[in-house]
Amino acid sequence: MTEPSSAGAIQDPAALCKGIIGRRFPSAQAVVQKDHVRAFCEAIGETNPLYLDSAFARSEGYRDILVPPTYLFVVKFSVMNPANVLHELGLEGSAGKLLHAEQSFEYLVPVCAGDRLDFEERVADAYDKRNGALLFVALETRVTNSLQEHVLSIRHTEVVRMDA
Amino acid sequence: MMEKFAHWQTGTVLPPLHLPPLTLDTLKTYAIASGDHAEAHVDPDVARAMGFPHAFAHGLLTMAWLGRLLTDQAPAPLLKSYSVRFTALVFVGEELTCSAVVSGREADAEQVRFELDLQVVNGEGEVKLAGKATVSVPL
Repeated sequence: MTEPSSAGAIQDPAALCKGIIGRRFPSAQAVVQKDHVRAFCEAIGETNPLYLDSAFARSEGYRDILVPPTYLFVVKFSVMNPANVLHELGLEGSAGKLLHAEQSFEYLVPVCAGDRLDFEERVADAYDKRNGALLFVALETRVTNSLQEHVLSIRHTEVVRMDA
Repeated sequence: MMEKFAHWQTGTVLPPLHLPPLTLDTLKTYAIASGDHAEAHVDPDVARAMGFPHAFAHGLLTMAWLGRLLTDQAPAPLLKSYSVRFTALVFVGEELTCSAVVSGREADAEQVRFELDLQVVNGEGEVKLAGKATVSVPL
C-alpha cells in the first residue's frame, strides 16, 4: 500500500486507485429489527404506518412492516462502517476527513422486518482529484435475502481528504 | 393503484416537505439511530475546530427526509431507484425544504414509470442535495 508523502497527499494516486478497484470485503449478515426501524422512523420524523404498524402492513399485503428508503444504509453501516472499510483499504477515514458525496439505492424486492439480509461490498470505482489531495471511492453493496433474492443495491461515494 | 397517479404528468410538482430549523438534538437522535457517531455531526466545538460554522447533518439524514416525501406519495414498494448528490453541508439552524417534480413518464403494457427530479434547499435557496428517483406503478 502506498504510504502518504510528507505533504500528506499520496504519491501515486492513479496506482493506488487501480489497486483498490474491484476489492471485495467479507460478507456480513443482519436481521431487520422492528424496534430499530421504529427508532429510525422517530429520528427522521417518519410517521407512515407501513413502517410502524405491523397489523396495517399485513392488511396491505406485506409480511410485516416495510422499511424507509434509506434505512438499509443504516443496517449496512452497522455491519460495514465506511470508515472501517476505507481503513482496510489503507485510507485514513477519520471524521472530518471523510465526506459523503453521492448515494444511490436500487430497489428490487421489498424488505420487511424479520428479513435476514446478506451484505456483500466491493469497491466499484476509485479516482483522485487535485493530484491526489482528494480520493473518491465508490462502494457498492449487493443485498440478498434468505431466499437468495437480490433485494437491493446500495452505492455510495466517499471523498477522503488526503491532505487534511 | 394507477388512479392515485393519474395526475402525475411531466412538470407535476409533488407536495413539498418543509422541515423545522435543524436542531442539535435531531442530529444526536439520528446519530444514535444510525450508529454514525462522527463528532462533527453532534459536537459544534469539534465541527468549528475543523473549520465549519456549526455541527452539520449526516448526508443520509437529509436523504431520509426527502425519502419521507417520496413514500408519502408513492408507497415504498413502488420506488425503484433513489439517488442523490450531496452538494452542500446542512448546518444546525438551517430550515430545509424537500421537493420533487415529475420529469418523465413512460408507459408500457404492465406499468407506468415515472422519473422524478429531487432537490433539498435551505431558506436562501442554496441546494443541499440534488437527485433523481424512479417510481413504477403497475397497471
